[in-house]
Order: sequence, then C-alpha cells, then structure tokens
Amino acid sequence: MTAARTEPRVMTTSGEVAARMAAVADAVAGPAAADVDERGRFPVETIAALRAEGLLAALVPVESGGGGATLAELSEGLVALGRRCASSAMVVAMHHIQVACLVRHGHSPLLHDYLGELSEHQYLLASATTEVGTGGDVRSSICALEVADGHFRVEKQAPVISYADDADAVLVTARRAADSPESDQVIVLCRPPDLELEQVGEWNALGFRGTCSTGFVLRASGDADSVLGEPYADISTRTMLPVAHLLWSSVWLGIATDAVDLARRFVQSEARRKPGTTPPASLRLAQTTVVHQQFVDMVNSSLARFAAADADPDRLSSIGFSVGMNALKVSASTLVVDIVRECMLICGLASYRLDSPYSLGRHLRDAMGAALMVNNDRIMANNAQMLLVHRGE
Amino acid sequence: MTVDETIRQVLTEHARLAVPVETLTDDTDLFGAGMTSHASVNVMLALEDAFDFEFSEKMLKKSTFESIGAIRAGVTEMTGG
Repeated sequence: MTAARTEPRVMTTSGEVAARMAAVADAVAGPAAADVDERGRFPVETIAALRAEGLLAALVPVESGGGGATLAELSEGLVALGRRCASSAMVVAMHHIQVACLVRHGHSPLLHDYLGELSEHQYLLASATTEVGTGGDVRSSICALEVADGHFRVEKQAPVISYADDADAVLVTARRAADSPESDQVIVLCRPPDLELEQVGEWNALGFRGTCSTGFVLRASGDADSVLGEPYADISTRTMLPVAHLLWSSVWLGIATDAVDLARRFVQSEARRKPGTTPPASLRLAQTTVVHQQFVDMVNSSLARFAAADADPDRLSSIGFSVGMNALKVSASTLVVDIVRECMLICGLASYRLDSPYSLGRHLRDAMGAALMVNNDRIMANNAQMLLVHRGE
Repeated sequence: MTVDETIRQVLTEHARLAVPVETLTDDTDLFGAGMTSHASVNVMLALEDAFDFEFSEKMLKKSTFESIGAIRAGVTEMTGG
C-alpha cells in the first residue's frame, strides 16, 4: 500500500480529461514504457502524473470533487495512453471500472463520502473479483462476508489482484453471508489499515507486464456500510461488465492505433526513398486502415449504446445490451491482434527486431493478452446461452 | 398440475437452488436462494415449454424470475390465464 502523498493537485474539469491524459501519455508514459515492460514494474511515474492532474477522479461527479467526465472522454484518454504504454492504460482502465461501480452503486453515506476522499487524495482502486477454486467464474464466490455488530470481515484467496501493492483500496467480491449460495454476491470496499495482502507468486507474463497482476491472500475488515447495497449480479450487468468492456477496448484500440501509426510511417519512409513508385506494403496499409476504422467506429458506437441505455436499469439489464457489450469485447480483442499482425507484415523485419524504431514486439505481446483477460471463449459461452432466449431486439 | 405445481416442478429441475423448492414461499428471492443467471435461463426455457408460450422481450429481465409469485404473474400475463 502506498503512503499518503503530497499535494498540490490540480482539479480537472470536464472536457479536458482526454487532452490531459494524452499529455501525460506523451510526456511521461511513453518515455517510461520500455522500462515498465522490461522490468515488469508498476508504472509509478505515469500514475503519479495522472494523480497530479486529478485524473484518477475523472469519472467522479463534480459535486464529489471529481472531474465529472463522461465515459467517452475517458475512453479517448485511454486510447491516447494505450498508444504510449498499454500497461499504464490498463491500470487506469481497471481503476476507473472500480470508480464507476462506486459512483453508480455506492449509495451509503460512507461510500458517498469515500468518493470525496478519493477525489481529494486521488486514490487508486484495485479489484479482487476472481477467486481460487471458482474456475475463473467471477459470478460465483467461495469466500463470504462475516457481518456482526455493524462490521464485516472477509478473507479471499485471489489468484489475481492487479497492482494491489500500489493501490489505496481494493473492491472485493464475496458471498453476502456465510449461509449465502455462491451466486449471491456483494462488493465491499476494503482499505487500509484494515486490509492485509499476502502476495502469492510472481507476475512474469508475456504482456501487460506493468499491471503487476500477482495473486494474493486478502484479509480485510471494516464498517458494514462499506458493502455496496445492490447485489453484485446487478452491478456487474449494469456497470462493471459494460464499462470494463468499453474501457478495455479503448486501451486495445490505443495499441492498434500506435501500430497503424508505425506502419504508416514505415510505408511513408519507403515512399520517400523511391519517389514515383508505390511501396509494396502500401496496399496492405490501406486495407489495415479500413479495419482500424472499423475498430474506432465500433468503440464509439458502443460508447453511444451505453450512453443511450444508461438512464434505464431495465435496458442496461436487457439481454440485447449484454450480448452487444460482450460482442464488443470479443471483437476488440480480436481486432487488436489482427491489426498488429498486419502492421508487422507491413513493416517486415523492422517490426520483428526489438531494437528498431518500428518494433512491434511489445504491441504484439500486449495485444495477445486481450482475448485472455476474461477468456473470449467464456464470453462467447455466455452469449451463446443468452441467445437461447434473446428475442432479437 | 396447477400453474404453481408446474412452476415448482420447473424450479426443482432447473433452478439448482441451495434449498429444497418445498421450502420456498411465494416471495422468496430465488437469486438469493442460489439460482444463477445461467440457471434462470434454463428455468425460463422450461417454463416456455411447459406452458407453451414465449416471454416477451420486455419480460426478459431478472425481476420476472426473482420469485415464484413474480413467475406466476409473468406466466399469467403471457398466457392470458
């Protein structure tokens, strides 16, 4: 856990979020990206810079001291960050997914006050949804809250809590009570000093190395009002799942966008070398640009779909909406790999080399994680079941 | 079988509850009793088969299946019974 940090902090305002995230991406995240990746370390300087800009509270309403940004603005910022350092962008995306759950479902006075505190101190939130023994199904829990005298206690064997050591609090899923079935889950905000994390294993992965996604045994206690009142099933359907898929897709779009930028610059440098002849890779670049535009438009239309459904809990809970948001995740995670691979064909060995300005090694390694973080096969199985009862609208 | 008996039989076969169906009252929260969203899909399909009808799009939501009472109301509305 990080200690309290020094002020001052500049509050962000709505409309500036994307531009300020892009500035941090260029000035801080980009220069640090190679080191973050090589050492598999937390992008401490990028998070510090975002913190200094007040951007960790971008989604918190203005009246609670946050930036009051829309998901679309945050998405644009994450694309910019994903272009420079996908690990940093993924950390920021995961944090904001938790913030969105608190903003939209944290109704107790304690949780409401916490949002103000989060904005003031620019807390970073982590998440503990998966559990050892549930086979990756985040919609069932083994651990349970013990609630007595207005206090809760929980212990969870978490195979992954990304960047837990650098987070200020963790949102944890658990069964509502000791006698609750596995599917009757709640989310609880766990924070120091009543939060203990015992690391299990290391994170030495192919990509997203800066997310530090190690396992932990988590032990926490606190005021029972730290439990979000609504069932996790509803929070997941209406907020966590759609927001996660939108923000992750934005990060992956950032990776794809940078790959296309490199490919375009490569083709242009070839064209300059032999004016009058069209470089052989230029046609493939044109084709890849078509696919990239599909990706951009898909993320934007999905943001619009969420915004249109946002005010209506029934619409957010509808099968058609869930199927669509799952489709976004599967499409985006597939497109990012397709696009990076095409860009490698465009740049040739220059992209395969690790020491070239056109290297796409990190892009490829990060992109390959997209289909695995909540496995696309699991998401397709969920959609397959929902389609058994879907009426088509 | 009455409507209630059929609903209870469907729940027995498909809801995979943590408690016996006999212990459920009209307004027991079925999701609280361990019915997953996956199981609720099977419950819905079995209800449609048992009563020979289709739930409308607007009824395809969690609250339609949250209790025996809610299911009965939904079945009654859709079958005109």
